Amino acid sequence: MNLIILIAILVVAILIYRRYRDESLLGMIFKVAIKALSNNKARSLLSMLGIIIGVAAVIVMMSIGQGSKESVRKNISQMGTNIIMIRPGADRRGGVRQDPSSMQTLKQEDYEAILNECRYVMYTSPEVTTSGQAIYGSNNYNTSAYGESLEYMDIKQWEIEDGTCFTEQDVQTAAKVCLIGKTLVDNLFPDGQSPVGKTIRFRSTPVRIVGVLKSKGYNSFGMDQDNLIIMPYTTVMKRLLAQTFFSTINVSSLTEETTDQTIEELTEVLRRTHKLKDNAEDDFTIHSQAEMMETMSSTMDSITIILVVAAAFSLLVAGIGIMNIMLVSVTERTKEIGLRMSVGARSIDISLQFLIESILISITGGLLGVLLGYGISALATAVFHLPTSVPFWSVILSFVVCTIIGIVFGYIPAQKAARLDPIEAIRYE
Amino acid sequence: MSEDNRKVVIELKDVCRDFKVGDEVVHALRGVSFKIYEGEFVTIQGTSGSGKSTLLNQIGCLDTPTSGEYYLDGVSVRKMGSNQRAKLRNRKIGFIFQNYNLLAKTTAVENVELPLMYNAKVKPKERRQRAIKALIEVGLGDRLEHKSNQMSGGQMQRVAIARALVNDPTIILADEATGNLDTRTSFEMLVLFQKLYNEGHTIIFVTHNPEIAQYSSRNIFLRDGQVQADTINHNILNAEEALAKLPKKD
Ligand SMILES: Nc1ncnc2c1ncn2[C@@H]1O[C@H](COP(=O)(O)OP(=O)(O)OP(=O)(O)O)[C@@H](O)[C@H]1O
Ligand SMILES: [Mg+2]
Repeated sequence: MNLIILIAILVVAILIYRRYRDESLLGMIFKVAIKALSNNKARSLLSMLGIIIGVAAVIVMMSIGQGSKESVRKNISQMGTNIIMIRPGADRRGGVRQDPSSMQTLKQEDYEAILNECRYVMYTSPEVTTSGQAIYGSNNYNTSAYGESLEYMDIKQWEIEDGTCFTEQDVQTAAKVCLIGKTLVDNLFPDGQSPVGKTIRFRSTPVRIVGVLKSKGYNSFGMDQDNLIIMPYTTVMKRLLAQTFFSTINVSSLTEETTDQTIEELTEVLRRTHKLKDNAEDDFTIHSQAEMMETMSSTMDSITIILVVAAAFSLLVAGIGIMNIMLVSVTERTKEIGLRMSVGARSIDISLQFLIESILISITGGLLGVLLGYGISALATAVFHLPTSVPFWSVILSFVVCTIIGIVFGYIPAQKAARLDPIEAIRYE
Repeated sequence: MSEDNRKVVIELKDVCRDFKVGDEVVHALRGVSFKIYEGEFVTIQGTSGSGKSTLLNQIGCLDTPTSGEYYLDGVSVRKMGSNQRAKLRNRKIGFIFQNYNLLAKTTAVENVELPLMYNAKVKPKERRQRAIKALIEVGLGDRLEHKSNQMSGGQMQRVAIARALVNDPTIILADEATGNLDTRTSFEMLVLFQKLYNEGHTIIFVTHNPEIAQYSSRNIFLRDGQVQADTINHNILNAEEALAKLPKKD
């Protein structure tokens, strides 16, 4: 579609050029248009403003959309596509509210059953999460604690940068030990000392740091992935929350290809341990990470489209703004038009002059808009950690759209100028 | 004068021009006929509203007659399309207006270049050279890069004359070209027009001032859109001498 428009524009440009090649008038008209615009810089800029903002908005929306998608894709490939998450409760996508007890269906027996019976499962980690304040000395920081088993490190591919991981022994005894992420290190130990061996307080419970996690940076949604504490799941369950159920069980399939079999197997095992009758609904939900990422990615696509369409409407308004200013400009320059006609300008020369002027306004506006869009995108990445990436075709598209706006909204003013009667125009005061 | 073997540049045959104003029809020109030969310096006089400007617009191909025929260089203008008339204005006519009509914020050279821009046969380099030459001819060789708002009325009118000359037109038309200028500057312009006349240009000069008419070769009087009188001036006064007699400006 873009290509067709581009080719159409090119053909028109070539036709105009061929029409005028022998007379070399176009170059002259171009110069006149540039001069007219630079003679009234403030107004030219004002008439461009709509286009600048509109194009910048489109570019920013597209770059955030594109950036998020790329980042999601990168995350998927980083994590591996074979992560599977088991959540308590039936599939909630129907929107039916469930009573709290249905959210407590994942227990230690399920974890053990998966460990013992599932042949397609490579790693398993039950998960209990809670959030709160971590304190060391006079420093504190709000964070989340993840209670996990050792295999979590393999599932999420966490690496230890400093110190060691907690041990199987620590899990058995619900030891008050933890691993902390880079953000916490920076905020709790700002003077650069090694946190390993130090004891912090999380929700008033003292926990000893045994290791520091290697940084993962921000994820697709601008969320800091390094603001976390990982503890043995037993510690979170017994020492922090006093609960006996898990919020999630993360599992990784042997390979990406066996994801479906793994899900089948998990369903079978869990139904058995939960003693569900054949006709009963699952009281848990299984998603693969890949599937969730797909859903998110397509949701982001729709949001991007909506935002881009909204931004595109502002371009329409901008076009009308250009038309207004051009109409005023034609009226103001009636005498000039009359003079040009009296020394031999044809109607087409006059209409071309104003058309080129309006195209010049919209394309220059488009150029500034693209630059502004790039700037805002860079700012969004720097300040809000949003992943952005300006798709090159959106730049091309912006210029094409701007040219079309210039032609469409410049047409009426250009016609108005070309239809002036030379005598009346030259007498105009 | 053996008028018959001179070249006819302009021939009007019973030219009428009506304007519709509301329900009324204004007959601005009611059957004007005359021939103008190459190299004549014609003044057109008449009271206000007698149709002088309307006539000049016909001759300048800015307007078309309601009826009657107009031949410019032997070609009928009435049947032409607007593009052809634009081309005629560009190649054969140099128009000078009462209020100069220069482009604002634009230098003298660029103003004079304007007609050549719409003449594709003139390359950009040649355009500038010809503009400079025309400006030197009207005595503005030292004001080439002055902008229109940095010049006096007389200088602006000189630029306008240079602009009318630059395309080497068949006829030069002036509508009250000295109307806005003081006596001395008016005579300076007349000197310039007489110089062009002596070089063989055909000039048609609309004026209110009967004194100016004495410096031209032929006087046409309009009244109510008709030619009232058309006389040859056998005793053309010399504008340069008249200028010398005028009190000097201090
Ligand atoms: N565009 C027009 N529409 C209607 N009437 C017009 C138009 N142009 C000229 N007229 C009328 O035609 C008549 C001749 O006008 P014209 O301008 O030719 O007079 P003029 O001799 O040049 O007068 P002046 O010496 O005041 O310039 C006037 O009655 C005028 O009102
Ligand atoms: Mg007049």
